[in-house]
Amino acid sequence: MLLDVDHLTVEFPTRRGTLRALDDVSFSIAQGEVLGVVGESGAGKSLTGAAIIGLLEPPGRVAKGQIRLDGKRIDNLSPDQMRRIRGKQIGAIFQDPLTTLNPLYSIGRQLAETIQTHLPMSDRDARARSIKWLEEVGIPAARDRIDAYPHEFSGGMRQRVVIALALCAEPRLVIADEPTTALDVSIQAQIITLIKRLARDHGTSVMLVTHDMGVIAETADRVAVMYAGRLAEIGPVADVVRRPKHPYTEGLMGSIPTLEHRVERLRQIDGAMPRLTAIPPGCAYNPRCPKVFDRCRVERPALMPAGTTEAACWLYAEAPAHA
Amino acid sequence: MPEIGAASATVMEAVKVSRFFDVSKPWLQRAFSREPRRTLRAVDEVSFAIPRGTTLSLVGESGCGKSTIARLAVGLYAPTSGGISFEGQPLSAARAQASLRRRMNMIFQDPYASLNPRWRVRDIVAEPIRAFGILNSASDIAARVGQLLTQVGLSAVDGEKYPHEFSGGQRQRISIARALSSEPDFLVCDEPTSALDVSVQAQILNLMRDLQQRLNLTYLFISHNLAVVRHMSDRLGVMYLGRIVETGPGEDIFRTPRHPYTRMLLEAIPDLDMVGRARTPVSGEVPSPIAPPPGCPFHPRCKLANDRCKVERPGHTAVGEVQVACHAVEEGRAAT
Repeated sequence: MLLDVDHLTVEFPTRRGTLRALDDVSFSIAQGEVLGVVGESGAGKSLTGAAIIGLLEPPGRVAKGQIRLDGKRIDNLSPDQMRRIRGKQIGAIFQDPLTTLNPLYSIGRQLAETIQTHLPMSDRDARARSIKWLEEVGIPAARDRIDAYPHEFSGGMRQRVVIALALCAEPRLVIADEPTTALDVSIQAQIITLIKRLARDHGTSVMLVTHDMGVIAETADRVAVMYAGRLAEIGPVADVVRRPKHPYTEGLMGSIPTLEHRVERLRQIDGAMPRLTAIPPGCAYNPRCPKVFDRCRVERPALMPAGTTEAACWLYAEAPAHA
Repeated sequence: MPEIGAASATVMEAVKVSRFFDVSKPWLQRAFSREPRRTLRAVDEVSFAIPRGTTLSLVGESGCGKSTIARLAVGLYAPTSGGISFEGQPLSAARAQASLRRRMNMIFQDPYASLNPRWRVRDIVAEPIRAFGILNSASDIAARVGQLLTQVGLSAVDGEKYPHEFSGGQRQRISIARALSSEPDFLVCDEPTSALDVSVQAQILNLMRDLQQRLNLTYLFISHNLAVVRHMSDRLGVMYLGRIVETGPGEDIFRTPRHPYTRMLLEAIPDLDMVGRARTPVSGEVPSPIAPPPGCPFHPRCKLANDRCKVERPGHTAVGEVQVACHAVEEGRAAT
């Protein structure tokens, strides 16, 4: 496995006590695999990504657990050591391409700077490599546009530049946090296709964080569903989307209107995700769960095999493969 | 074209409405660099009619003019040309009469920005009631506010709280309660769920449909999300660069999209049913509305475009109940 996240727990100490924003999250990503991470706002998706690239906003900190890249721990590195890994080993693509790029530097300069930070290379080679990457992400006339500034590009083109920036040092893992959310649908499709192709061509692993199930369905190999800072379910994308096991995943999938058929009423999950200050005991989903029983209210379920996926749900406790 | 006699059944009608914005540089700068004035054609000769108790949805990418239409429909902008009528009267005249004005209202996209953070929820919801003088005694107003909050799935005691004490979905319920408090028949909903999570979106969409059936409301629903639009609408208008390129009953358009742009949009949307399927990405981007391409605005991205498309702007061709603005459809070049 390229990335292993083991019992990751992230806490925010506050004056009114410690908030546990991520609680015992474990998953791994194989070489060349695209793992989708979905959930509602506040479920901890972006925080998981931030913890992996070592960009947790203080006072947030990894309280428990390990993050390993290629078997080596990266959660306890110094900021300086982490800086060398970021970009070189792990690239990042964020939601808003306008704030990711520096408006005062030409995109060529930003690309060359990133390349030269991580790879020993002459200015001329770095420039040639920048042009190659701009072509790779589908920017027309890359040679002419390399000296242009971010404001001279449209939103979709800027996001391509950001992708080039994340990939130009050829990292082994890319964390893409809502990379298509700020874009129009027709552009969204172009960016998804691009991310998919690059992962395949370069053997890059991708952790794709988004709230858009459609994007996940199309891009990811496996998908992890998060709820209130915990993993609810993880498994192959087709199984999680078509045959969800966790009642929360089931509710989530049912609440999405689709283009294929029209229903009178959308299925809705009543209530809202609990705040971090008021996570109920037992399973975090139990107050909203239609299949709740006594055990759910007192004991927290760990991920357990549930058919083709793994779900953190006591409904599957009696499964024979239960370890 | 909608008939004149159908006015009583039609809540809102727009006939060839346009709205242009002047986006020229300042005069002095223009004089030095000899630049002409520049106009942004946000909405360009758009016509539609919304029958009572139904939903017309407008869908399109950002910059296609759908939010400008929302603002035109409630009178926040005046049209540059063309006319909008509400309940059979010109909109400007309707807006001048409180009795008609209170029968339209708007739900905005961002429930974090559209509620005053310093007001209690009961005052936010009561504001239209007080402004229109619908009820006068404090106890009547309090009772009505409680009833409205219950109607949208909150409880009467929530009126004492401030907006920050609510989640995004609950705030959108407050916006809906406020919009309903002036007892409107017509609501303009500008991306009401695009700031919400999907499970909350389902709650709000279900609520809006329940309210529509119970109160016989008419909606003008603006969204960029085709799946949401499909769920909500009776009729649909697909917009591109300020124009409606295809309009008709939603089911017809979703079953057989005819305009190349509608087809492209439907192709492009990531959908749950796309697991493992490869897609053909659409090339190109929406051109600038300041300098739209001549002829059909979609021709630079259209596979069916020919010389005529580059010079002549297509009119609407009727195919069954659907109107399509496309030369290829008119000439029968578009395979269906």
